[in-house]
Amino acid sequence: MQDAELAAEDRIPLPPATFHILLSLFEEDRHGYAILQDVGRRTRGAVKLGAGTLYRSIQRMLEQGLIEETTERPVPEEDDERRRYYRITPRGTAVARAEARRLAGLVELARSSGLVPRRA
Amino acid sequence: MRLYGFLLRLYPASFRAEYGEEMRRVFARRRREADGPGAVAALWLAAAVDAAANACRTHADLLRQDVRYAARALSRAPGFAATAILVAGVGIGAATASYSVLDHVLVRPLPFPRADRLVDLWENDTVHGYGRTELSPANYRDWKSASRSFEGMAAFTNLSANLAGEGAPERLDGAGATPDLFEVLRVHAALGRVLTDADGRPAAEKTVLISDALWRRRFGADPGILGRKVLLDDAPHVVVGVMPADFRFPARGSDVWTPLRFAASDYEDRGDCYLRCVARLKPGVSIEKARAEMRLVAAQLERAYPKENRNIGANVLRLRDEIAPESRWLLVALFGAAAGVLLIGCTNLASLLLARAIGRRKELAVRTAMGAGRERLMRQLLTESLVLAACAGAVGVLLAAAAGPLVTRLVPNALPIAENPPLDLRMLAIAAVLTAATGVGFGVVPARRAGREAALANLHEDSRAGAGRASERLRAALVVAEVTASIVLLVSSGLLLRALWKLQRTDPGFRSEGVLSLRTVLPMPRYEKTEVRQRFYDRVLTQARALPGVTHAGYISFLPMVARGMIQAVVLEGHAADRDDGFASMRFVTPDYFAALGIPLKAGRDVAPTDTAASPFVAVVSESFGRRYWPGQNALGRRFRFGQAERTVVGVVGDVRVRGIERESEPQVYLPSRQVPDAGFIGYFPRDLVIRSAVPAATLLPELRRIVAAADPLLPISDVRPLSDVVASDTAPRRIQARALAAFSALALALAALGIHGLLSFTVSQRAREIGVRMALGATPRDILEMILGRSALLAGGGALLGGVLALGAAFAMRALLAGVSPADGATFLAAIGLAIAMTAAGSLVSAVRAVRVDPVAAIRAD
Repeated sequence: MQDAELAAEDRIPLPPATFHILLSLFEEDRHGYAILQDVGRRTRGAVKLGAGTLYRSIQRMLEQGLIEETTERPVPEEDDERRRYYRITPRGTAVARAEARRLAGLVELARSSGLVPRRA
Repeated sequence: MRLYGFLLRLYPASFRAEYGEEMRRVFARRRREADGPGAVAALWLAAAVDAAANACRTHADLLRQDVRYAARALSRAPGFAATAILVAGVGIGAATASYSVLDHVLVRPLPFPRADRLVDLWENDTVHGYGRTELSPANYRDWKSASRSFEGMAAFTNLSANLAGEGAPERLDGAGATPDLFEVLRVHAALGRVLTDADGRPAAEKTVLISDALWRRRFGADPGILGRKVLLDDAPHVVVGVMPADFRFPARGSDVWTPLRFAASDYEDRGDCYLRCVARLKPGVSIEKARAEMRLVAAQLERAYPKENRNIGANVLRLRDEIAPESRWLLVALFGAAAGVLLIGCTNLASLLLARAIGRRKELAVRTAMGAGRERLMRQLLTESLVLAACAGAVGVLLAAAAGPLVTRLVPNALPIAENPPLDLRMLAIAAVLTAATGVGFGVVPARRAGREAALANLHEDSRAGAGRASERLRAALVVAEVTASIVLLVSSGLLLRALWKLQRTDPGFRSEGVLSLRTVLPMPRYEKTEVRQRFYDRVLTQARALPGVTHAGYISFLPMVARGMIQAVVLEGHAADRDDGFASMRFVTPDYFAALGIPLKAGRDVAPTDTAASPFVAVVSESFGRRYWPGQNALGRRFRFGQAERTVVGVVGDVRVRGIERESEPQVYLPSRQVPDAGFIGYFPRDLVIRSAVPAATLLPELRRIVAAADPLLPISDVRPLSDVVASDTAPRRIQARALAAFSALALALAALGIHGLLSFTVSQRAREIGVRMALGATPRDILEMILGRSALLAGGGALLGGVLALGAAFAMRALLAGVSPADGATFLAAIGLAIAMTAAGSLVSAVRAVRVDPVAAIRAD
């Protein structure tokens, strides 16, 4: 875990699309279209990933070992066997965490300088 | 959905294969969810933007990946990488350097606005074999007023003047020009103004326009130079302007331009030809049209002045083409040679890449098996060769830049262009194009093969048999190409070397060793009187002869090979004064000149101090003069009219190659310096001093400077050089060219030997198994040796045949450069072909020996 955390520092800051995909996959394994829907839902439609952005991100994340393709299938009736499902790796989790900490740190910085109000 | 498929095509094929189907499905679902035409349009727009942006990024990702991969792969094979980069880089460097000179000298427009409209006009006396002679003021005036093809026409003549009064006296070159020259060329002064018609009036104050270089060198770039008076040939001239730094007219090194002024008397003699003429064609008038018109104009003048203008036509040439055909061919030949080096370099690169791709078959097969698509592999190999080519291009540009100082010596002096071909973007673009062509052209072949083989490898365990034959043919073609190119280069440079040797053996007619020459031009009107000039010559020559080690000293109008023309019409006793008796070169000399130059006196006597204006006019003529006019008879005592006087031959001397080693010269006539009429033949009075001595020039020169300064402190000394330099510079372009070509040929031969060795040894290693089988079946090492050597002999023979034919074509094309050496010179061809065959044999011997050592058992087991 120590190594994964260390290596994770190298990857951040993450491209926003990558972070959203990691968040989505942290919840459960998903196929491409499900990721898009989930990101849309999660951000209340503010982030609308294009198919190109999604699959280019997926390709890179696979290469970087942040996610993997999974052979396990969810409930068979929901499945379309041509679909590919992706799962977050421990490394992916570590990188997402490191990114979240970085973002939180930034927000903290903004708060302490009075840019945004502290939470009540 | 078809449209979306089109968008998907923007992505790399490997990406499309992996994700295309899913992306299609995502898009289809979004399309179903979109309601209303607005939403559909927005969806399409977003999809297009998404596809364009991500496709670019994906390509960039792949490129980065491939470049990284290529760099890793190349660093694992440093020998291969270094060889490939060097081999291609040398070719690219040679081709770029020689092309940039070619472009600079032959292609690029001259540095004047609309330079393509500028032409030169010459008198055309083809009957006497002079196609380009200067104009007389009268003919210039009449051509200018009668022609309608030109926007403007200007005349100029080369000018040399002594600048005194500002530091040490200096000899300057430039032009005396009609003021409209600047309008014709469309150039303006950088400071002040150019010459105007007012400057050209005979009574006007003398004015001068100076070069940027002179302004900086002599006047410290002083902006207050305008209006200042400078002493040119003892006469004060007002500086009216400074020309821009890039104005070089009529040639490089021009420093002063003064207005040419014509008095009524200047128009009297139509045979007094000294004007160069430049004109600008009117818009829409072609040079052919101008030629036709000038033919008519000249014909009219011939009718009007049947005696003076007999056979005088008009020649119109593009100013751009004012370059000796030898210089043109030199550059073309050089570029051809460089292209040959590049071709061989690329062939080697190709064979290296090919061998590497085949050598990596196993690796590629493994990667294909692991799911790498054929397109990805091709892309990777292509990237690798592009990386190699880019490195080679960088090496080439460095080499070309380093070669810069060498190639500037190939830029002829007589053109109004800079000495250094600019190392500019165009040159880099050419290098880049060559680089990319090398990379793609020769990366694609191995890459496609690799792609095919990778596909095959999935089906067959051993794909060697099928692909082997095609690659064998390709390698054979490469060997033939290398032999061919080397033979063409060897023959070309061999012929040029023979021509050079032949010229270097040519006797110039004088002995240049131990002779120092320098120039002192006596300014007019101070030295207008012959007697005043003679006092100067006598004083300088007497003191010079008294210097220790000096054996002879003399003055002459112009050294041979320095001024090549300066010819006058010969009229034999009893003939009418027209041009029909031909021409001879005219020089005035002091006594002892022939001895100083080592020109043998064949009969009679040298000119003597007693040959004065008061005594009968005499001449010393060259042997060819006597042969031509009095064949088989004694020339001594004969009389002829020459240089405005009747002269009697008192001496006959050996012939001199006045027009240079490579050209036939007119017969020579030498006249005594004391018999120049006062203020006559101003261009011809003696100015070149020659000293034959046993001591080195360096010890002699300070003494000579002292002697000249004592005789006239305002007189500059210029053109100080050993006479051997004069002869050497006559053949210098040829020497440089022969050396450059020989260097290219040597390079090509070495590269070709390397390449052929690589190709053949690769063939042997590929055929190791076959050789093993043959040996197992009873073939002796001798059979194997014969097989390998026989094959390379066949290839060498093919290359020799093709190369011989092409070389013959090249040799005939450059016949102008061969100075009489036959383009089909047997010895040169035999030597070149022999060398190329020896090179092929040497290249194949090592691999043949290796083939013989193949262990049959090991070779068969290898797979």
